[in-house]
Amino acid sequence: MSGPLLEVRNLRTWFELFRGTVKAVDGIDFTLDTGEILGIVGESGGGKSVTGFSILGLIDPPGRIAGGEVLFRGEDLLKKSEDEMRRIRGREISMVFQDPMTSLNPLQTIGRQIDEMLVLHTPLSPAGRRARTLELLDDVGIPTPEDRLDCYPHQFSGGMRQRVVIAIALAATPRLIIADEPTTALDVTVQAQILALMERLVKRSGSALILITHDLAVVSEMTHRVAVMYCGKMVEEAPTRELIARPHHPYTKGLLGSIPRMAGPRVRRLPQISGMVPSLFDLPKGCSFAPRCSFAAGRCFEEIPEMRVVAPGRKVACHSPVGAEEGETKRAR
Amino acid sequence: MLTYLLKRVFQMFVVLFMVSVIVFCVMSFTGDPVLMIVPPTATDAQIAEARVALGLDRPLWDQYAVFLRNLLHGNLGVSYMFKRPALTLIVERMPATLELVFLSIVISLAIALPCGVFAGARPNNALSRAIMGGSLLGISLPSFWVGILLIFYFAVEKGFLPSSGRGTTGTLFGIPFAFLTWDGFKHIILPAFTLALGTLAMLIRLIRAQIMEVMRQDFIRFARAKGVTWRSLLFSHALKNALVPVVTVFGLQVGSLIAFATVTETIFAWPGMGKLLVDSINTSDRPVIVAYLMIVAAMFVAINFIVDIVYTMIDPRVDLR
Repeated sequence: MSGPLLEVRNLRTWFELFRGTVKAVDGIDFTLDTGEILGIVGESGGGKSVTGFSILGLIDPPGRIAGGEVLFRGEDLLKKSEDEMRRIRGREISMVFQDPMTSLNPLQTIGRQIDEMLVLHTPLSPAGRRARTLELLDDVGIPTPEDRLDCYPHQFSGGMRQRVVIAIALAATPRLIIADEPTTALDVTVQAQILALMERLVKRSGSALILITHDLAVVSEMTHRVAVMYCGKMVEEAPTRELIARPHHPYTKGLLGSIPRMAGPRVRRLPQISGMVPSLFDLPKGCSFAPRCSFAAGRCFEEIPEMRVVAPGRKVACHSPVGAEEGETKRAR
Repeated sequence: MLTYLLKRVFQMFVVLFMVSVIVFCVMSFTGDPVLMIVPPTATDAQIAEARVALGLDRPLWDQYAVFLRNLLHGNLGVSYMFKRPALTLIVERMPATLELVFLSIVISLAIALPCGVFAGARPNNALSRAIMGGSLLGISLPSFWVGILLIFYFAVEKGFLPSSGRGTTGTLFGIPFAFLTWDGFKHIILPAFTLALGTLAMLIRLIRAQIMEVMRQDFIRFARAKGVTWRSLLFSHALKNALVPVVTVFGLQVGSLIAFATVTETIFAWPGMGKLLVDSINTSDRPVIVAYLMIVAAMFVAINFIVDIVYTMIDPRVDLR
């Protein structure tokens, strides 16, 4: 099949609340190729998770998808019936949630929860499903899987539970996995293990991965490309190395600047992005980031910047991108 | 598990002892049974003689000691009215009450589970609102009034269901049951529904609230992301997680259904334990009243014990020490 695996066009997911409409996702575009790993980063409340749930059609009232297209292998998922979507969820696109402590059913054994996925999406016989379940548990690094099949989630640690969740997500060999902050709830030492595991398994199965995170260190290690979200909009998209090396959007630059570094000169105080994320009920008139941006000029407060291509594979939504011109001149030389 | 069992048995004895003390004290305040037993023409000497014969001339603590001693020999006393052991009287009528209670449990579960789950899963649906409105009625309407209304409509106006009695009974394991014959079934359906109504309505509301709570949980969303069907989501993921509080309340309800079948049995002249209790209260038949209360208390304790066991079957995290 030609064309990208997933193409999101002008997706808008709004929540109609009593206080007003929250545009949690407001007109985002991105594409994803087969086998590609895309990072979606941004602060809490930036619309990252909602983007993931929107792709799977798991937005509940008061939320609704207000417009746009989610083209998966050329077909618009937003036009599919609930029944058609049900067959895509798990089989074609699966998801890993943020908190492994709450994403497994506490009253069902691990084995049964993996088996459920195989019953739904594979033609395997009971014996085949059992063999596959053991294989999956082994793949995600759970020792002596035979003994663990009949265990309940509360008998597992957080890291082990997330391994089980990953096993479930991989069970039907989906083409796309959406991982929503898969390591945020875990211990730092476990985080690295889980990420390495995901990277290895995703590469082996040939699935594409959308990694939703606020952790730029994670993004820099795993992803091919990064999209930065702020207040429901994409503000920058670029190949990971280039984005880390030369961020164009002031927000991306701020995010990168606020990572503590062990190497290099000691800084007296860690740089931070001043101000707070504005209330989604009451976004500024122009660029949402303008009130916090040290580069903001008059135009930034009046006019919402459009996403535009500044270099091959690089897009930014900013009236005065930092380092862009400098970058271009360097390249020209 | 064994320590737990022993603990529960010990608890049961403590509860029964307390109940017996309370019941005995309260009984002594309620009228003089001797006057109910002797013929209206009895002389003072005859009344005094009857009092001595029944042991009612002794002080209360002495009466209680006699009662306790008999109890340890499995003797709950002899009915003043029927001149037969109180325990036998109650056990004879127990099948009638138990079948009535059992059928009303079946009715309430059969209606409350689907209605409650549906109303919880689709809280804004018009049908859900109708279910909730109906359940509010079910809780508010007193059962004696509903029973009378049902008799009025189905027995008096339409005439196709009998208004009272147990009808023909069939025999199972040597015990007579009404629901085994068509005639008996027609007799039991109205009282069973009347008795079920309150429990049914309350269970609907409880199940709905629990389902709504569970449906917000992450693992439900994760199950949806797995592509689980709606039916399986509700009944195999959500319902079981919603059940623990429901089982608690349900256990208490079963106890009250047994104890408070009294009203329904009286309206429908159903020959069960409850009717026996009301008759015995009317005739101040103390031994029967005391025996009835002791048996019902024992049933409450037993049901709560079963509820605890059921917890462990539902939720693997529950540990009975």
